[in-house]
Amino acid sequence: MSAIIVEDLGKRYLIGRQTRHDTLRDSLAHGARSLLTAFSRGPGANQEEFWALRDVSFKVEPGEVVGIIGRNGAGKSTLLKLLSRIAEPTRGRITLQGRVASLLEVGTGFHPELSGRENIFLNGAILGMSRREIRQKFDEIVSFAEVERFLDTPVKRYSSGMYVRLAFAVAAHLEPEILIVDEVLAVGDATFQKKCLGKMGEVAGSGRTVLFVSHNLPVVRALCRSAVLLSEGRMVRHGDVQSVATEYLQTGRVAVDGNAEWSCSTTLETPHLARIELVTGCTVRRGDPVRIRVTIGGRLPEHPVVTIHLRDDEDRIILHSSDEYNPALPRSTVREMTLDSSVLNVGRHHVQVSLATRNVVEYDIKESVLCFSVEDPDFAVAGTDAHQWKGALSPHLPVWT
Amino acid sequence: MSSPVESPTTLVIEAGRAERHYWRDLWRYRELLGFLTWRDIKVRYKQAVLGIAWALLQPIVTTIIFTVVFGRLAGMPSGGVPYPLLVLAGLLPWQFFSTALTGSSASLVGNANLISKVYFPRLLVPMSAVGVAMIDFVIVLGLFFAMALWFGFLPTWHWLVLPVFLINALAVALGAGLWLTALTVKFRDFRFIVPFLLQLGVFISPVGYRTDFLAEWRNLLALNPMTGVIDGFRWCLLGGTQALQLNSLLASFIISALLVVSGIWYFRKTERGFADII
Repeated sequence: MSAIIVEDLGKRYLIGRQTRHDTLRDSLAHGARSLLTAFSRGPGANQEEFWALRDVSFKVEPGEVVGIIGRNGAGKSTLLKLLSRIAEPTRGRITLQGRVASLLEVGTGFHPELSGRENIFLNGAILGMSRREIRQKFDEIVSFAEVERFLDTPVKRYSSGMYVRLAFAVAAHLEPEILIVDEVLAVGDATFQKKCLGKMGEVAGSGRTVLFVSHNLPVVRALCRSAVLLSEGRMVRHGDVQSVATEYLQTGRVAVDGNAEWSCSTTLETPHLARIELVTGCTVRRGDPVRIRVTIGGRLPEHPVVTIHLRDDEDRIILHSSDEYNPALPRSTVREMTLDSSVLNVGRHHVQVSLATRNVVEYDIKESVLCFSVEDPDFAVAGTDAHQWKGALSPHLPVWT
Repeated sequence: MSSPVESPTTLVIEAGRAERHYWRDLWRYRELLGFLTWRDIKVRYKQAVLGIAWALLQPIVTTIIFTVVFGRLAGMPSGGVPYPLLVLAGLLPWQFFSTALTGSSASLVGNANLISKVYFPRLLVPMSAVGVAMIDFVIVLGLFFAMALWFGFLPTWHWLVLPVFLINALAVALGAGLWLTALTVKFRDFRFIVPFLLQLGVFISPVGYRTDFLAEWRNLLALNPMTGVIDGFRWCLLGGTQALQLNSLLASFIISALLVVSGIWYFRKTERGFADII
């Protein structure tokens, strides 16, 4: 018997529903209007549907640890909400075998006025623990969170780190058969994150079924054996984590691979990124310069700041550069960045450009719209496989004597 | 786990179908009801100098005002009962109702962060607001008891019937509360409607006056389910000095039952969409 069976699952939202029905007056007006349209055009004429999730089916066996990956808006959160019974599916069926606990946020239901001790009980109860269970685990929770001295202090006086530690500690001591976890690990300082990961690994290793959503691919790879890849509300792939992760890195980028230019057709008045160009093309021979030209559209702000990030295939930022504090720069709608590619490693590089002003108003951001490859034929000559070289950068800087 | 379908831990979520395990879940989460009530009470008087005294101050001031307005200025008959006692006996259920209604109608929106992040039977949220009102009720009941002794009204056997009327009051409050809670999630207008309703209600409910001296209004007043509740409370707490009126009592029982049943029905119907629209 599978622990989780998802069959043909779908969730539809009606766009604009909230604003339309926010007040009684709106609702009455809308009712009257839709009555009119119903007579003239047939029912549902002016309702726009949006399928946040569609035709998703998969099975998870007991004790399996499954990662759910996908870009923003792929339907990950919707899937979690349906699985944890917060929202109702529009279509399909979910069968869950065993007690389910879901962790969509750290510290849900924490009340700032209550003390740490009181919040442990409250939060535990909200997550579905019984009073007896909480009492049994109380000491463990407190020592895991390292807040012994502040147990009777209202949590509003806690540092944010303490708060998060306590919240995670309560959640980590839940003992359901099925655990559904959203990206809650991106909290706290590095030491605590490590501790959280250790705890997650422990939970995963203890034979419980875990569904784990994250953007953090290395973590997903470390914790999960299989994964589900979602894209635009549909399930693209379900399989072993390595192949799904590879596919995830490919999707959404294949489309831009090979383009040296990106431009935006809007005729906006507000400052925006109108055009991004890889002047040096999609393929750069290592050692040659890489040149990226950015054109600002709309009204030119007082102090425009163009920032470029380069990311590798693993989504890690390997370079951050901005034209800020460059007094010599002429005031112009065109900016150009030139980089000596000999510092980069061989492989693909994804370009992210953002436009802001000096006082941090962000106007526009374009994530990985373009990508270029750095190639080095010399490697081939030397008989080495370039892709075996580790590291995001591979500058000719180290000196061996 | 003999048969997977009958295993108590199997949960099937299907589109458009009401949850089968709802009432079992409600029972399983009963501790959470206690925790939510406890949280609201605990938090309510934090950083208030007078603290729990506020629960007493309000009914005392209202009793004084109503005694002056209805008893002295309007000269309403008291039937031999000290007027403050008459007012407080009516104020007890009214205040319970009003606190419960205010609390529950705001409860879901106030707990939006919970609704959108965790599953539990949503019915617990308005119920916990009624629980908070119940605690206040007990405090004011203590005040009434002290005042009754002061005026020389010793408890009689009538007091034993009080739970019946308390349950009736609970039903009116919960029924109306469920309606308003669910409606407030969808239409925030009800945030403005509720205080207005209550302001009006305190006058169309016999809080400051007795109904047995208003023969021509009696049947109209009986349409308000709180009339029967307040009459019942006075009958109990004042040792039967005000006769029970069957028509208002019956109307109150029927209306409150209808309110609870329809309230639960509407709440359950809209509950599934709460997370999407809150």
